[in-house]
Formats: sequence, structure tokens, C-alpha cells
Amino acid sequence: MAGPAKSQDPLLLRRLLRAKDRMDAASDEEWPIPRLAKVSGVSEAHFARSFRDAFGVPPHRYLLTRRIERAKALLRDTDRPIIDIAFQTGWNSLGTFGRVFRDITGESPSELRAREQVAPHALEQVPHCYVSAAHRPDLKIAVSEKRRRASLNNEGSEETEVP
Amino acid sequence: MSKNVQVAGIYVRDQEEALIFYVEKLGFTVHTDARNGDYRWLTVQHSDQPDFQLGLFRPQAPLVDDATAQGLMEAVAKGAMPPLVLVVDDCRAAYEEFSGRGVEFSQAPVERYGSVDASFRDPSGNGWKLIQAR
Repeated sequence: MAGPAKSQDPLLLRRLLRAKDRMDAASDEEWPIPRLAKVSGVSEAHFARSFRDAFGVPPHRYLLTRRIERAKALLRDTDRPIIDIAFQTGWNSLGTFGRVFRDITGESPSELRAREQVAPHALEQVPHCYVSAAHRPDLKIAVSEKRRRASLNNEGSEETEVP
Repeated sequence: MSKNVQVAGIYVRDQEEALIFYVEKLGFTVHTDARNGDYRWLTVQHSDQPDFQLGLFRPQAPLVDDATAQGLMEAVAKGAMPPLVLVVDDCRAAYEEFSGRGVEFSQAPVERYGSVDASFRDPSGNGWKLIQAR
């Protein structure tokens, strides 16, 4: 995946974007290559490569990140059981969900929920699809606080602040 | 005359296609359509905003070099341009009306945060959020 971005036909890109939009709109559904290729009007043989060239990630991985993003929002904004969230966001088993979730976010769904629900909501003014990109100041404080406690527990010595 | 933002533009791949979309499908009106050779200054207006023009511009030489123009059109087609928001009184009604005219919605109306919102794209790839006024 190295090297400069390849130049692609804007008309092709626009059709690939349609496939990306469809995954965004229904990330809980299955999106095998033939289905995506059909949405884009691209041959199955070329779809995955073209999509990766356009958006920097293979379609399957893109779908996973969208599912995780949605699961994170549901963990944060609702009190629904984790197993329900797993099924609702497109996984067939709780085990797979937990494993992929940890791989991508570095923590378990329940850990993330406990941490995120502490931060108050301030996102009502931001259109929903941009919320995931929003910065949450309170989160930063919680992380540095966590780090401070960890360093205090280590030993009595004063540690250098690491950004 | 009040002082405010007069023109803000978006990049489109094809100005004729964009004109049809914004005027015939979304109901904007043409404010200025001036050509000079290959160059076309094209702005449209929302009926409730007589002081604001939305520019529909094509990235092109000599304003930018050809490679840059190509890059900009690719960015638009990938949906990488900044968010645009259109506020309406009734999101579901606007959704029905616009989809009936062939507007490509990427998200049907959803009720959340005390409002209703939907998403659509113009033919070039610019993404609009359609939000119901609170």
C-alpha cells in the first residue's frame, strides 16, 4: 500500500463512493464483494483494488471500522447489553465482536463503555455523522488522570510528562 | 445592504450537471451565470437567502494546474470535501420531495438529538446533511 496515490477517474471514484455510502448506511449488513461491485457498477475482479486505491483501506476493513465506530456510539449513548450491540452492529458472535473490538480500539467493549459514559454529552450541536471525529476534552483529562495514577503506583519517583 | 458572507463555493465535476441538480432537483435559483471562454462563473441561491450565493465551480486551468484540478475532482468524487448543511422545516417531507426528483440519498431520515436528519450527495460527490430546524 506504499507509494503515491494513483490517479483515478472521478466518475469511477464517484461510483466507488456509492458503495462506501451504502456500507455506511447499513454497516450491520453483509457486504460481499459482488454486492459492492454491483452498487458501483465495477467488475468484481477490479472492485477491491479500486476501492483500496481510492479510500486507502480494503472494503472489508472499512466495513469493520464502521461497525466498530457504530458499536462505540451505542456503548456510549445507550445502556443496551453488549451482546445486543454486537448483533445490532453486524456480528454473528459476541466472541468475534469482542476480539475485533479490542484489536481496533485497544480495549474491551465494557472498558470503553465505562470510560466513555463518564464524559458528558456536548455533541448535540454537531451533525451526527461528524460526531465520531469530534474531540472530547473530558476524555483527555481522564486519560492523563489514569496515567498520573499509574505513575504514582509505580514508585514514588517523579516521572517526566510524556505527551 | 448588510455585511455578511456573499459567496461560498463548492467544486463540481461538471457545471451543467450541477446546475440541473441544484436548480431542478433542489429548487435553487441561478444568481449569476457568466462565461468567459472556457471559464464559467456560476452561482445559485436559496430562495430564503437573497444575500448568499452558493458557487458551483469547476477546478480548472489556469486557476489551478491540470494535475491539481484532477486531484481536486478526485477528492470531490471520493466525498472528501467539507460538510454542507441544508436546513429544512420538515426533513421527511423534503426527503420525499427530493428523492422523488432523483436526488441520491446516502441516509434516510433518522430522528435523533431532538431533530430529524438525512444525507444526500450531489452528482459530483459533495455531501449534504439535510437537517430539520429545531
